Amino acid sequence: MKPLIYLDNAATTKTAKEVVDAMLPYFTEDYGNPSSLYSLGAKSKEAVTKARETIAGTLGAQSNEIYFTAGGSESDNWVFKATADAYEQKGKHIITSRIEHHAILHTCDYLAKKGFEITYIDVDENGILKLDELEKAIRPDTILISVMFANNEIGTIQPIKEIGEIARKHSVLFHTDAVQAYGHVPINVDEYNIDMLSASGHKFNGPKGIGFLYIRKGVKIRSFVHGGQQERGRRAGTENVTGIVGIGAAAERAFRVMEERNKREIELRDYLIAQIEEKIPYCRLNGDRVKRLPNNVNFSFRFVEGESLLIMLDMEGICASTGSACASGSLDPSHVLLAIGLPHEIAHGSLRLTLGEETTKEELDTVVAALVRIIERLRSMSPLYEDFLRKQ
Amino acid sequence: MYSEKVMDHFQNPRNVGEIENAAGVGTVGNAKCGDIMRIYLDIDENQIIRDVKFKTFGCGAAVATSSMATEMVKGKSIQEAMQITNKAVAEALDGLPPVKMHCSLLAEEAIHAALWDYAEKNHITIEGLKKPKSDIHEGEEEENEEY
Repeated sequence: MKPLIYLDNAATTKTAKEVVDAMLPYFTEDYGNPSSLYSLGAKSKEAVTKARETIAGTLGAQSNEIYFTAGGSESDNWVFKATADAYEQKGKHIITSRIEHHAILHTCDYLAKKGFEITYIDVDENGILKLDELEKAIRPDTILISVMFANNEIGTIQPIKEIGEIARKHSVLFHTDAVQAYGHVPINVDEYNIDMLSASGHKFNGPKGIGFLYIRKGVKIRSFVHGGQQERGRRAGTENVTGIVGIGAAAERAFRVMEERNKREIELRDYLIAQIEEKIPYCRLNGDRVKRLPNNVNFSFRFVEGESLLIMLDMEGICASTGSACASGSLDPSHVLLAIGLPHEIAHGSLRLTLGEETTKEELDTVVAALVRIIERLRSMSPLYEDFLRKQ
Repeated sequence: MYSEKVMDHFQNPRNVGEIENAAGVGTVGNAKCGDIMRIYLDIDENQIIRDVKFKTFGCGAAVATSSMATEMVKGKSIQEAMQITNKAVAEALDGLPPVKMHCSLLAEEAIHAALWDYAEKNHITIEGLKKPKSDIHEGEEEENEEY
């Protein structure tokens, strides 16, 4: 068995040891319910408060603006459903982008069935939102603009500050799904005019099953889970104390190491991009070269299908991801790759490699060598490549 | 997700390649769905499939079904090859995940398309063989109609 090379950190990350260590006492020693009055409960409550303060601090927010959830999808659902509910009187129009995560897009489908109108703003060939289209789409009945901070597939970072300014100018609430960005790049909710922000713990070396939603004070957003008074009565249920401690520790750690880590990851990322471009013909980098998450590399390889590529990489111990339809069970390839204008057959041949803090240059060299071999092999089997060579 | 047999045929596909001046060539599927299969047949004067090669652009199941289908028709008569169904190809691979069953359909269609090409070139009729309903171009048009 070859050593594992994990390049799917946008799917999930390894929980950091110091995060696990911080969580452990809250399973078996300080296991009290934060709502209980005795001191054991108070210890848990203290831990939850501390995590909330840590996270608020990383965003330039107040701690009573941070609500813990089960993760990014829950946060996104909450934003859309509760905003629709609370602002229905003002209007039933919502604006988002074509390249959002399905947690947003499928929630939009749900709201559309309930009579809401959704406008999907296009992106350019690098995946950057068309700001002029956004501004033109705003109407008196627009209640929410939601644009992801950074894309999960192609890593493009959106002009969030400009989007926030447009939203503010027209007095429309602005939400950003920052699941891929939070803990990886600096975010300040006031500087960017963000009213709501979703994040997920396991994307930045925290545990799975815990996330948060930032809701700016004054935003009229209703309870998502009714019940007890947890999370200021807006999300009832006994707190996931261990998860909250974990996400707090992961956030503290992520922002502590961010600068150094970004520098290292960008260097490795650009090295990987350059190596692939140099060694593999007929490839295309998807996403913006500069406005890009430090750990994201996404390529399309012509005449090759993504799932085949993934299985062959897996046989060499390399974990990666694809936007090919064959990997998803539907007939269409990734909506993100189609939105940036890729033809279907090229979108089917996409590969996402997302680096982590343990990724080494040697690992990347191994991956590039494997890719050269595998792509050559798959192309030799591809009727599309055969036709292409004949036309040359 | 895949059976051991599928993985074996994916990792070590049989009969990959081209046949120059093949007696029949059939290409089915379309790039939009992410699967294109091309089968080359070498057929002797007794209508026995002497050799068969394939090229496939597609997922693991598409490659494995192409490989298995070529094994199943090699050395067979045209009539025997006509009897090979998508179900038989899938069964020979110890089954396919439900979402991948269309790949086995492509393998059957690719053989039929290659036989159709052979029949047209030789001005003969093969009993039970219908004009293949999808080749690359027809497939694209069909897709377009949906919009």
